[in-house]
Parts: sequence; structure tokens; C-alpha cells
Amino acid sequence: MSLLSVRDLTVKFAMRDNTVTALDNISFDLAKGERLGIVGESGAGKSITGFALMNLLSRPGFIDNGKILFEGEDIANMSDAQMRGIRGNRMAMIFQDPMVTLNPVLTIGQQMVETLMAHRKLSKAEAEQIAVVKLREVYIPSPEERLAQYPHELSGGMRQRIIIAMALLLDPELIIADEPTTALDVTIQADIMELLLELCQSNKVGLILITHDLGVVSQMTERTLVMYAGKIIEAGRTREIINDPQHPYTQGLINALPQQTKPGMRLKQIPGNMPSLTAIPAGCPFSPRCEYVRDHCRTTRPEPVQYAHVEVACHEVNRLHRENSEEQSA
Amino acid sequence: MLAYLVKRVFQAIAVMLVISLVGFAIQDNLGDPLRELVGQSVSEEVRQELRDELGLNDSFLKQYTRFLGNALQGDLGTSYFFKEPALDVILKKLPATLELVLGATLIIVGLSVPLGVYTAIKPNTILSRLIMGISIVGISIPVFLTAILMIFVFSVEFGWLPSYGRGDVVTVFGHWDTNFATLDGWAHILLPSLALASIMLPLFVRLIRAEMMEVLQSEYVKYAKAKGIRPFRIYFVHALKNTLLPVITVGGVQIGTMVAYTILTETVFQWPGMGFMFLEAVNRVDTPLIVAYLIVVGFIFVLTNTVVDLIYGLVNPTVNLARMGA
Repeated sequence: MSLLSVRDLTVKFAMRDNTVTALDNISFDLAKGERLGIVGESGAGKSITGFALMNLLSRPGFIDNGKILFEGEDIANMSDAQMRGIRGNRMAMIFQDPMVTLNPVLTIGQQMVETLMAHRKLSKAEAEQIAVVKLREVYIPSPEERLAQYPHELSGGMRQRIIIAMALLLDPELIIADEPTTALDVTIQADIMELLLELCQSNKVGLILITHDLGVVSQMTERTLVMYAGKIIEAGRTREIINDPQHPYTQGLINALPQQTKPGMRLKQIPGNMPSLTAIPAGCPFSPRCEYVRDHCRTTRPEPVQYAHVEVACHEVNRLHRENSEEQSA
Repeated sequence: MLAYLVKRVFQAIAVMLVISLVGFAIQDNLGDPLRELVGQSVSEEVRQELRDELGLNDSFLKQYTRFLGNALQGDLGTSYFFKEPALDVILKKLPATLELVLGATLIIVGLSVPLGVYTAIKPNTILSRLIMGISIVGISIPVFLTAILMIFVFSVEFGWLPSYGRGDVVTVFGHWDTNFATLDGWAHILLPSLALASIMLPLFVRLIRAEMMEVLQSEYVKYAKAKGIRPFRIYFVHALKNTLLPVITVGGVQIGTMVAYTILTETVFQWPGMGFMFLEAVNRVDTPLIVAYLIVVGFIFVLTNTVVDLIYGLVNPTVNLARMGA
């Protein structure tokens, strides 16, 4: 049985007199200990997916339809109290910006101890011992002293390490990391990712890594979902998606990477912007920006189909593939 | 910490100097002190002589330094009406006013936190809307009108509470008369305290509500939820502590302002405190008493603000008092 099984998840936002769809019929699975990347531009619905999985959508967002089966139990329909038992305990989340994630008026120790005591019957001293062990695992120097410190006394990289340690406090089965290094210095980003990968592997923790960085996804994950305007448009093994993307959007993303362009040349960008959620085009949401677009793309929504090694939602994937291989052989 | 304290004390002294200068400058513009002292039957020559004797013909600077020198020794002049040192007159009235401010502060602190937190957590309930509505009314109505309305309702119509005076007071610590020792004292201080709190309480409810709502949107509150922390702890430990930081700063200033507001409340309730005394002093053109009152109130203001800043430094871990002294 898979650890997490998402079926037809639809998230909507209640506006003044209508609703907009932020996530549209998302389905995917995650095996125990598997690492999954979710990539896409800003506004594609990556973070909303993360928060929906924790059942932490804040108003006006709400889960409209679908199931989130976590070890067979449906999170989408759980009561707050039931959900509280899972959050931080069996499913932990790492937020984007470590500078604002920790509470500025509570010490590191208080914030770690409260998490442990919320889920286990422990004395404060016992909880502090566990906290020190976990801080040591993320290579925090002199962890005993850190417990008495406030967040502002520590650097961003240090804080994110502490947040990773907090995520591991109760040995969860799944960690959801929402762009965990975007707010950090470039030199620290790689360290943090390496640490996260190492800990997930050694503790056999499942990871959902939300990011816009394809490079990070290729290093960190086994499978990848590519999202666009609240839909999954391509899904499959990370290696296949990076080396042989099928959807024109994924191809565009990969071609836009600086490594794909000779030095001094203009980067190949995808023309246009992602549609706003209030004005998603009928048919394929990517059609206005797609260079392979045909008439039926604008009217009929493509369903995901198995193609090559991936699942892809594109009407023209056959033709595209043919043209590309002709190009290569020519 | 010590360096910061010294720095703050110097700032406070500077502010007090400015206040004394303003207070003293007013003195010169409140009319001829001789008229109050000797009446109309004294001849102009005698008046001139008296002026010389009292030093009223000296330069402004000379008079001001003399005033400052006396003030430093606790001499703020002699009240024309009471024929007593002005400071003594004020200090006798001080307990009544401070107890009134204390009563109002207790009401404000006791009610604003639960009401502010409740209206922030459940902004859409009927009760929240009612609280917010009443708070607007409270802010809009002037203190003296609220006071008169309360006298009308609770003293005249229902006859539950006394409408004026301090009632039975008990002397403690030698000089201090307190209202809080007898039931009659409590009954007398309730209405004036409520009236004094009537503007600040709604202000604080709204302030706490606004701050709390902002804090509840913060990433660290979301993160606390994601860790599975109980709502009670999120509201009262994670959110409230952060909410109260700005509230403390505003609160300190408001306590000082309340001392000034007592003029209205004390007048309506015939409360024998400094505010009531000040109004009488103005009516009698008792200049030394007026100036002394201004300086004492200014001192209370500066004192509360300094104390509040120090408390803020202790509550907020990101303020490092030791480093701020440097």
C-alpha cells in the first residue's frame, strides 16, 4: 500500500460571489520512503498542494472534492483534533522562509519541546534530550546551548537546519518541504538540500519537495510532478522527465535553464505568463503559450495519457514527438 | 543594561527640563501675581517694591534658573489659595488620582485582553460584532458625557452606586488614603474608574484585535498549526505574546494620558484628586499650583514611559538592553 494516495483532489477559493479553482482534480501516489518533486512556476498550485495535504488551507481556500489517503485514512475528511494528531507527528512540514517560520518570542528549546509534548507523554527534560539528539543530527554545533537561544540569534541557514530537526522530532513518515532553500543564501542552499536528502534516506522518510528549481528536483527526487495552472500536466520518473520531457511546457522549462544555452546567448524563455486562476482558458490551460497549439487544444481539455515513460496531458504529444525525432535525425 | 538605564534617565531629565521651561513660561502669561497676592488697595509704589523683593523684575533666565534650583530641592512655589507649598497640596491629592487611574487600568487590562483576543479569533460572530460596535460608541462619546450618563443610570435611576466623592477611605502607610479597603470605597471608585476607562478600553480592544489578527496570519502561527499544537496554546502563547509587544508601548503612553483625563472624570464625580484640584486652581488663578501640577503630571508621564520602555526590553527578546546602552 502506498503511503499517500491523492485522488481527484480539488481545492477552491471562495471569492465574493463565485469560487475559483486552485487545484483541479489532482491525483498521485507516494510510496513509503519515496521522494517526489512538485515543480512549476509561481502560482501553479504547488504550495496549495502542500498545505492541502496537511489539511491546513486557510480561508478562503477549501478542499472541494477528492480524497487524500494517508496510510488508508482520508485526511480530507478528518476532524481538527484528529488532524492535529497527524500534523507534526506523522507528517511534518518545512516552510519556505526560516526567518519568519520560528516564533520570535519563544526559545528554540520551547518550540521543540512543545512539539514533542503535543504528541507524546514526555517530561520536559526527556523532550529536551530528544531535541538535542535531533539538533546533533542536523550538525548544529553545541546543541544544548541552542535550546536557550531565540531565533534572532541564529543565521538563516542555522534556523532552517533547526526546522529540519523539528520536522524529524517525532520520526514522521512524510515530510513536505515547500521551497525549503529559496530564502537562503546560494552557498547554503546546496548544504541544506544535501542534509535533507541524507536524513530522508537514512530515516526512510517520504519527501514531497515543492520547488521551481529543476536542478534540485533532479538531484533530490525519484519521481516528479509538473504542475501548471492547478493541474498536473506531466508526471513520471524524475530522470525521464528531465532527460526526455514530453509536454511542451516541461520542455520549455528545461530549455529555459541557463545550462541549455551557450554563454552570451539569450535564455530561451516561454512566452507569456501563466493564466490567473480567475481566467483559466477552456481546453488546455497552456494553449495560449504553446508553439504547437492546434484548434482542438483551445476547446477540449487534454486528459493525462501514458506516453513513453511518463504520464502527460497533451493532445499533440504524438506529433510533437514525431517532429522532435525528425529534427534530431535530420 | 546599566548603560541603557543611565541613557534613559538622561533622556528623561532632558524631557523634564523642557516641561519645566514650558510650565514656567506659562506662569508669566497668567496675569499679574501681585493682584492675587495683595488685592487692589495697595499703592503702585508698594507694588513695585514687592516686585523687586519677589524677584519678578529679574530677567527671564535668572527667574527660570532660580525656579529650577528651587524645584530641584522640592520647592515648586507656594499656593496662593492654600498658603502651603504647592507640591504638598498636590501630593495630598495624588493618592486619590492614582487610585482612580489604577482602577481604570485594572478594568482596561482585565477586559481588553479577553475581548480583543475573542474578537480576533472569532471576528464574524454576533458577539464580536456587538463588541466592536459598542467600542466605536465608547471611543466616540466624550468622558464627561459617559460619566454623566452612568450617574444618571446607576445612581439616579437604579440607585445602586454613589455618584460623588470617595466614600470610606482607610489610611495606609501613614499618608496614603485608599479606596480598596472598604466595600463603600469600592462602590465609590467603580463608576469613576469605568468612566475613565471608557475611552481607553475600546481603544485597547481594537488595538489588541488588530494586532492579534495580523499575528494570526503570520508564518509562525501557520507553522505552529503544522506542528500539531493545540489552538489554546497557539492563541495564548504563540500569538498573544507577539500581540502584546506593540500594545505595551502604546499602553505606557496611554497610562500617562489617563492621568490627564482624570480632570474630567474627577470634576464630574467630585473626586478629591489632583485633576479636580487643578480645575479649581485654574478658577482661582492659583499660578504656582497650576505650574506645579503641570510639572508633576509631566514627571508621571516621563516616569511611566521610561518604565514601560524598560519592561518592553525585558519582554521582547530581540531587544538587547545591554547592547543598546553602547
